Amino acid sequence: MHSFESKNRTTVIKEKAIKTALIVASTISILTTFGILFSILFEAISFFQLRSFWYFLTGLEWSPGIVGSKFGAVPIFAGTLMITLIAMAVAIPIGLGSAVYLSEYASARTRDYLKPLLEILAGIPTVVYGFFAAITVAPFVVKAASFFGLEATFNSALASGVVMGVMIIPVISSLSDDVIKAVPDSQRKASLGLGMTQGETIKNIVLPSALPGIISATLLGFSKAVGETMIVVMAAGLRPNLSLNPLEDMTTVTVRIVDALVGDQAFNSPETLSAFALGLALFVITLILNIISLTMIRKFKEKYKVNTL
Amino acid sequence: MIKQNDKHKDNPFYDPTLNKRHRSSKRFKVFTVTSLVFSIAFLAFFLYDMITKGTPAFKQAYLHINVTYSQEAKNNYRKAIDRKYSRVVSRAWLRTVPTQMEENPELIGKTIKTWVLADDQVDQYIKGHYYKLKRKDRALIDDMKAYGEIDLKFSKLFFQNGDSKAPEYAGLKSAIVGSILTLIITMLFAFPVGVMTAIYLEEFADDNKFTQTIEVNINNLAAIPSILFGLLGLAIFINLFGLPRSSPLVGGLTLALMTLPIIIVSSRAALRAVPDSIRQAGYGLGLTKIEVTRDHVLPLAFPGILTGSIIGLAQAMGETAPLIIIGMIAFIPDAPGSILEAATVMPAQLFTWAGMPERMYVEKTAAGIMVLLTILISLNSLAIYLRKKYEVKW
Repeated sequence: MHSFESKNRTTVIKEKAIKTALIVASTISILTTFGILFSILFEAISFFQLRSFWYFLTGLEWSPGIVGSKFGAVPIFAGTLMITLIAMAVAIPIGLGSAVYLSEYASARTRDYLKPLLEILAGIPTVVYGFFAAITVAPFVVKAASFFGLEATFNSALASGVVMGVMIIPVISSLSDDVIKAVPDSQRKASLGLGMTQGETIKNIVLPSALPGIISATLLGFSKAVGETMIVVMAAGLRPNLSLNPLEDMTTVTVRIVDALVGDQAFNSPETLSAFALGLALFVITLILNIISLTMIRKFKEKYKVNTL
Repeated sequence: MIKQNDKHKDNPFYDPTLNKRHRSSKRFKVFTVTSLVFSIAFLAFFLYDMITKGTPAFKQAYLHINVTYSQEAKNNYRKAIDRKYSRVVSRAWLRTVPTQMEENPELIGKTIKTWVLADDQVDQYIKGHYYKLKRKDRALIDDMKAYGEIDLKFSKLFFQNGDSKAPEYAGLKSAIVGSILTLIITMLFAFPVGVMTAIYLEEFADDNKFTQTIEVNINNLAAIPSILFGLLGLAIFINLFGLPRSSPLVGGLTLALMTLPIIIVSSRAALRAVPDSIRQAGYGLGLTKIEVTRDHVLPLAFPGILTGSIIGLAQAMGETAPLIIIGMIAFIPDAPGSILEAATVMPAQLFTWAGMPERMYVEKTAAGIMVLLTILISLNSLAIYLRKKYEVKW
């Protein structure tokens, strides 16, 4: 009896140790998020001690590396927005269309073959997309533009935007596909029973029901596009350019972050620290988008009682 | 013959817009098919483009010429070949002549007719790409071609060499070794931490503030742009802890933090799929919670955990942006010997090559992409295979 009890005691101690280890492991994920936030925040604060925070948000000129360098991020945000919008113009219709086809029209067999194909697009490294954008798509854009009598640069916002859009397609299609499939079949049958065509059922019943999930997918794609680095580093420009013409070169937040950190400036120079100010802006923007996206999908889950999304 | 409208005259349910509605329905279907076809056509064109651009790099031009392994050549490698070949032979290859002689002393004093790596411009000329060759050299090459003294041979160097400033001599080896070292660090850290977090959240945690915070954090972590992990690595691992810049250690840790959410989410799904009856049977036999988890739940969930980890590994392998921030794009001609030495990884190597002005680096980049995609697709296929093989319907 005694030996049994003592064995039990060591087991209890051992189990406590294991449980503590498990909790420590879980804490690391929290630490990472805070680590990212604080490491960026502190460096960003030291940047704003050197340069005006207000000018960073509203200034129209970004000119690092020269005497009297200026750090106004508006043209950078504008360039990011432009390229992101081009990407979304490609990704939303195509991603959503693919999702509708896969979930509503395709047979189970076709779906089994086609879905992995789309997922290959998601598995291609972004550096590869960047190379493709720079070497194949950008010259094509220049040629196509000159065919219409327009002039495009070799690092036009259009080329990187379109390729980025293709990269986002699986992000949107995969989540939308799950959401559309989660809409209860009774709704479709009711609609078809009332004499609606299949197209009308999808457009008027299924898609509106799935809307929160679709918006969530779109915001997720948007946040991916804003934070995407390699495609724009390789195919978009370095020049802060406040323009509405997608055939001109533009720069993005991520391009400027990379550019600020691969140079040989001292770490405490405003040039290097500006990367952290931009990183902070990127963190805040994507965090807001992600939170809205997660709230939307949670609403959808509650409404239709799905627990697999 | 009855007209369409007459046919339906007495039918109170007839909808005159029905044909139009059916047409619109059909148009909608065509739109969805088109968008899917576009995605797949893009994929096909992309793969075709990479393969046509990359395949030439697997063959490189070699010249059949005399190499004199004299004492003079030991000090001045240019003396090893006839002067007329000096601009068509790869300078980087010639530089290895003294080491060749050191390794094989019996070569000294001999003149051997052998296949010698050609300069990148010669290679591009043979392949019919853009080249910069003087007319005299072009005539020499044409002449050698006529005598069969020049040939495209399989480029073993592409896998045996590290990076080089001479495009014909550049290879992937140091980047492959760097990738392996980096990914070992990534998995050593991310796999145990990720699986332990999943076990804690799925099997032990109560629903309280702490677990909710972890949940929210994991969701956020999965959606943070990868470049910000680079900023984290730079600020914390390099500036705060003082770990060596460009090293696989820092790169691996940075990628591990990125891979964590993927492993956690998939491991949780695998643990959740194990039915409760298994756990209850364990408790019924008097096992403790840890014993049930360790001996019964975990083995059943393991294939699922492994699948998720392989997918996470594949993603880490293709990631570039955070590694650029922590300096893993340095010029690394030799494979790193340890996790503290400067290294580069495959995607970063491709990025460096893509930015080079010489034409030959374009095909080297595309060939590197073919190698990288082959590895990534194999990893993902392995994950799918494992999932299918161990799929259990409870």
